Amino acid sequence: MNMFKQVGAVTLMNLKSVPQRLGTSLVIIIGIAGVVGVLVSVLAMSTGMIKTMENSGRDDRAVILRNGSTSETGSVITRDAARLILDSAGVKRDAAGNPVGSAEALRLLTLFTKGDNMEANVILRGVGPKLREVRPEFQLTAGRMFTPAVNEAIIGKAAARLYKGAGIGDKITTREATWTIVGTFTSGGDSHESELFADADTLMSNGRRGAFQSIVVMLESPGAFQKFKDALTSNPALAVDVSPEREYFAQRSKSISRVISIIAYVVGGIMAVGAIFGALNTMYSAVSARLREIATLRAIGFGATAMVVSVLAEALLLAGIGGVIGAALAWLFFNGHAVSTGGAATGQLIFELSVSPQLVIVGIVWACVIGLLGGLFPAVRAARLPVATALRTV
Amino acid sequence: MKYLPLIWAGLWRKKARTIFTMLSIVVAFLLFGLLQGINQGFHQAVTNLNVDRLYVSAKSQMTDGLPISHLQRLESVPGVRAVSLWTYFGGYYQNARNGIPAFATIPESLFAAYKEIQIKPEYVQAMKNVRTGVLIEQKLAAKYHWKIGDRIPIGTSIWTDKSGSNTWYFDVVGTYDGSKVQGLPQFYFNYSYFQEAAAFGNGVVHYYIVAIKDPHQATRIAKVIDAMFENSANETRTQTESELAQQQLKQLGDINFIANAIVGAVLFTLLFLTANTMMQSVRERTSELAVLKTLGFSDAKMVTLVLIESLLLCLFAAFVGLALATAAFPALRPIFGDFSMPIVVMVAGAGIAVAMALISGFPPAWRAKQLNIVDALAGR
Repeated sequence: MNMFKQVGAVTLMNLKSVPQRLGTSLVIIIGIAGVVGVLVSVLAMSTGMIKTMENSGRDDRAVILRNGSTSETGSVITRDAARLILDSAGVKRDAAGNPVGSAEALRLLTLFTKGDNMEANVILRGVGPKLREVRPEFQLTAGRMFTPAVNEAIIGKAAARLYKGAGIGDKITTREATWTIVGTFTSGGDSHESELFADADTLMSNGRRGAFQSIVVMLESPGAFQKFKDALTSNPALAVDVSPEREYFAQRSKSISRVISIIAYVVGGIMAVGAIFGALNTMYSAVSARLREIATLRAIGFGATAMVVSVLAEALLLAGIGGVIGAALAWLFFNGHAVSTGGAATGQLIFELSVSPQLVIVGIVWACVIGLLGGLFPAVRAARLPVATALRTV
Repeated sequence: MKYLPLIWAGLWRKKARTIFTMLSIVVAFLLFGLLQGINQGFHQAVTNLNVDRLYVSAKSQMTDGLPISHLQRLESVPGVRAVSLWTYFGGYYQNARNGIPAFATIPESLFAAYKEIQIKPEYVQAMKNVRTGVLIEQKLAAKYHWKIGDRIPIGTSIWTDKSGSNTWYFDVVGTYDGSKVQGLPQFYFNYSYFQEAAAFGNGVVHYYIVAIKDPHQATRIAKVIDAMFENSANETRTQTESELAQQQLKQLGDINFIANAIVGAVLFTLLFLTANTMMQSVRERTSELAVLKTLGFSDAKMVTLVLIESLLLCLFAAFVGLALATAAFPALRPIFGDFSMPIVVMVAGAGIAVAMALISGFPPAWRAKQLNIVDALAGR
């Protein structure tokens, strides 16, 4: 019998007999489902955050902050500087020749989450009149747009879902004004959906400071960025940091998502080690339960390869099932689940856990690796069994 | 005790199986120890904070700030020992990557409020004499090699000074050891200098730090302070240090939920593994257990034997796992700060190990008890 037929026959026999060993087989399945479930769920946090941040960037948009600012809230750009920036070379102009840009003023609000009543700092962003041209992904989903010169605001989808008193018609009181929410919006699933928008001039006329925090401009083309940057840096009246929007948001999410990924792989790694021991346990008992069968097969001429492959195949199959179950559980419970993180001065960022297809594949690959490692030694043992002694086992 | 050799023999019947099961339990409790240790560590760090300090901020939103005029009224509240303030200046040294969390404050009352910080009195005095003086935490000073007498430029993206410059110059007059207070700002300059030099935003204070004489009065005094400014243009919200820290931690993320969820998943899968191992082990020894029963071991003794075997396995492995977790804590110090394994986590771990042993050992123990001697001996 040639090798492939051998391997095929023994593997099939192994797999058919799995139901006899259901208890021990379930150990591998459940153990690996647990590992993969946890790994995928935690990584989904990182993926979700990166996705939110990546959606928040276009190649042909640039963000301008004051020189040295670590965040938008810590930047100050005067009206004069804003005018200079908007008039610079490289900025796209509309049909009337006006620059497509938005000078924005930020203010933090205190809102409370539904559910655990956590206090959150939420950004109220005063936007310029060219909002829709600068942010084409912006879409009003309910209610209406705010009216300038009136204290009206619209709220992003994620924020409306998470916070109390954040529906259309609700009023939010700040020290200087009471804002009425008149609509909800989406903006392509990016970080702005955790914020509120209002008119910049209205916002600034309420407060004490008459300066903007940031400027967002639409560039003539992605390639025009360098021209724009040079125009700004060569102007002695300006002291600003300018970056392509994608890079700006990628920077913001980098450190947190790296921490989450490290935690995911450390915890997942430790759990995987435990699962490997569990798999070893199961496969060893699978082999020892059928010592006589294996010895008989060996005695009648089945080769070592067939033994090894059959044991590994069983381990892989069980591990694979466990991996699929784990990923499915993670998807079922956590996909789309909203979480938020933030600090005292940066505003709460809401993002959804995202169990993406790539993550599911990562999970299943981990499961298979665990299965392989757990099945290797028992497989070798099955191949190296001293036939005569094994045949005599009780 | 006399049955220990019997139980021991039972445990080590199949060496490989016992070792792997033990290793799985060790890993599970290592994870338990790490996750719950960190979780509880955070929790304890914020609840054990100093209770004789209150933090007063603007009720609407901390970044709105309070006026400097609140200072006198706060000092006049009975039971108050000292009142200091923080105004966030931010800033960077040489370039934006070297962020310096700088704060304007009243140094004398600040260090009176933070009694646990070591600082030489002459440094605090020097701040009164040198308008542009700055006190720096010793680790920060060491990082940039700043010494007393140096004049350092700090760039800022928020506060322009009256001459239109975004670079402020400070003279180093002293250093302090801030290691006793977690998260304490490391760079303090005179509020009076800030007030006279800032082009806008003068007179704004982000936090008033109120040190009180009697910690038990904390809640009462907090209410008094908030009532004092109620319905005024600048309402306040007063929190204890622990409340403030908890709020900030909560905003970072629901660490408690994540830790508990992961630990729950791990322990559930582990339970399954141990139960299965115990079941297998007892099933293999059916005829041996039957012999024991024939010899006169009572049903209760049979149950106990199996349960003790299960307990030994779980407790020993759990102990090793928790010990490893405790040993790993110093390695986590750069990320999480000064942490040591909380006792409550060790105790909880032991408790869970016992529960796990009992739950996973019970079905096989029951089976052993129900054994019909004749059938068992016949191998049926």
